[in-house]
Amino acid sequence: MWRFLVARACLLVGLVLAASAAMVAVTSLAPGDVTTEAHLEGASLEQIARERARLGLDRPLLVRLAVSIGQTAQLDFGTSYRYGQPVLALVATRAVHSALLASLAFAAALALGVPFGLVSGSGRFPRLARVVGATSLVLLSLPPLLVALILTVVAVRTGWAPAGGMQSAGADEWTFGQRALDIAHHLIVPVLALGLPLAASIERMQQAAVAEGASARHVLAASARGVGVGRWLWRALWRPTASPVASVLGLAAGTLLSGSLAVELVTAWPGLGRLMFEALATRDVPLAAGCGAAAAAFLAVWATLGDVLAWWLDPRLRPGATS
Amino acid sequence: MNASTSDRPAGGRPLAMRAGLLALVVIAGVALAAPLLATNDPTAQFRDHVLAPPMLPRLVDAEGRWHVRPFIYPLRVVDRLDRRFAEDRARPVALGLFVRGRLVAPLDPAGGPWLPLGADRLGRDGWARLVLGARRSLGVALVASLGALVLGLAIGIGAGYAGGLIDLVLMRAAEFVLVLPVLYVVLAARATLPATIPPSAVFTLMTALLALTGWPMVARGVRAIVAREAVQEFAVAARALGASPARIVWYHLAPATLGFLRVQGLQLLPAAILAETTLSFAGLGFAPDAPSWGTLLHDGSDIGALSDAPWLLAAAGAVVTVVFAINLASLSIDPRRDPR
Repeated sequence: MWRFLVARACLLVGLVLAASAAMVAVTSLAPGDVTTEAHLEGASLEQIARERARLGLDRPLLVRLAVSIGQTAQLDFGTSYRYGQPVLALVATRAVHSALLASLAFAAALALGVPFGLVSGSGRFPRLARVVGATSLVLLSLPPLLVALILTVVAVRTGWAPAGGMQSAGADEWTFGQRALDIAHHLIVPVLALGLPLAASIERMQQAAVAEGASARHVLAASARGVGVGRWLWRALWRPTASPVASVLGLAAGTLLSGSLAVELVTAWPGLGRLMFEALATRDVPLAAGCGAAAAAFLAVWATLGDVLAWWLDPRLRPGATS
Repeated sequence: MNASTSDRPAGGRPLAMRAGLLALVVIAGVALAAPLLATNDPTAQFRDHVLAPPMLPRLVDAEGRWHVRPFIYPLRVVDRLDRRFAEDRARPVALGLFVRGRLVAPLDPAGGPWLPLGADRLGRDGWARLVLGARRSLGVALVASLGALVLGLAIGIGAGYAGGLIDLVLMRAAEFVLVLPVLYVVLAARATLPATIPPSAVFTLMTALLALTGWPMVARGVRAIVAREAVQEFAVAARALGASPARIVWYHLAPATLGFLRVQGLQLLPAAILAETTLSFAGLGFAPDAPSWGTLLHDGSDIGALSDAPWLLAAAGAVVTVVFAINLASLSIDPRRDPR
């Protein structure tokens, strides 16, 4: 177990370094740099050359890559060209926003997807199973982008939720409780947009896993003993499927990040995806590298959590376990 | 493998599947015939019809009389600032078949343009943009899915047949690509290119990127099938007879993957459609003058349009319809056929 965690920590460090270096390379290969705008606004060539030298943009790409990897390794992410603030602080704030959105959406998806998948896969409730199957088929056809758009239309028309953003104007002067309520109100649309399609795919996965195990002997034995429906569902049917489902969900981090980017763009949620979008568009090299590093860290931590959870749920999978 | 691979879940599934297939055939037909079906040039701007509402063809006029020939009431601007329009009920314009190179168009062009799905912020025909955008969006999705299938097949066969170190490296690579957030990767790759590139370059770039991020699931499944089949008697016999690896793979192993490839193709296609939509929406795909479903959504997505001109979201309906039809069509496939 410890060896596994150490290996994963090494992977995390490697991924973070690789992602931030890739971002530096990508933004350097791109046409134009952060001084292009100043050039268009009429700054002299001399001023621009000085600015480029100050930012180190005049050095060869390989040197800049080496410098950036060295700094990232020391957890020094530099200063954003555009915002003039430390990248670490900028990225941390936005990453917290994205993590809040992603974790709430994931929790909502689990809370909806697992019970419905269990019930529809059990074969005991055919009518309910058909309704659930049809609903999740529709939801599977609706990506986060479209759910976000549709819910925003509804929110704008009916006014039951704000149209976008994270806080109402003037919220800075409110008490903590009021602000929390305000943010929760703003979270409704993005969380549903990100969570509903995911809930549908979790439901399908859980349904398939349960249906496969429904004819196992321990399930039949539990029915034969007259175990109550709730206990039969959760102890006999669900428990053995929890581990494989958890290990598949470890792969869902990429989907969550991508979906979060789409949702952030529609609902103006100030998250990591939008920050990276801006950073790449304005050739803000340190900021893009920081965003890439944060995304890589999120992927590695999430995948590790998925594996650890799968082991915790099923001792047979643990490294060194004899089955 | 489960022994009962042919049984289907009970309850009218084949009907739903047939409905899905029928819808797909219709949509493919619309996309193919788009230039004929488009009511106007998709880039033409009708300045008197900015954000005009949809103009539906009618058979019954305002007085309740029936007409043999479908007709429309042309729209007249009442208030340009407020974008209020009124139907010109005094002068109905009849619609005809095969008029001026279009399948259906007003017989008299003097009555103004016919905009069956309304117009966008620049006064462009929403219907024309929707059907022509279908070609682009569905084209990208189709080519990208085929690319991912071919790539996954090649890598899966390589890993499954060679085994050992090659297998290990290829499968680790597959796992790595699998967890990558596709949008972030495309975002980064797109940033290396100039802000505006021609539609053909966007097409190539987008299909390549989607194929390069879509192959891992295919490769993992193909590898499992090939590794299983390669030790069967017929494959061993072929090797004993001196067949080359290429022959063994092509005639004895690859055919076993066909069913799996069909399943995967039906899963890649909707994912690719949604990816194109999201990318173009974010401004990373096609430019606004080359309509695709993503650029249409982008045009229709700001707050003002969302509340005042919901017809601009017609592309969302199109995307959902296509993806839902594909999902319906793939319902009949038993998930237990999946070798993973």
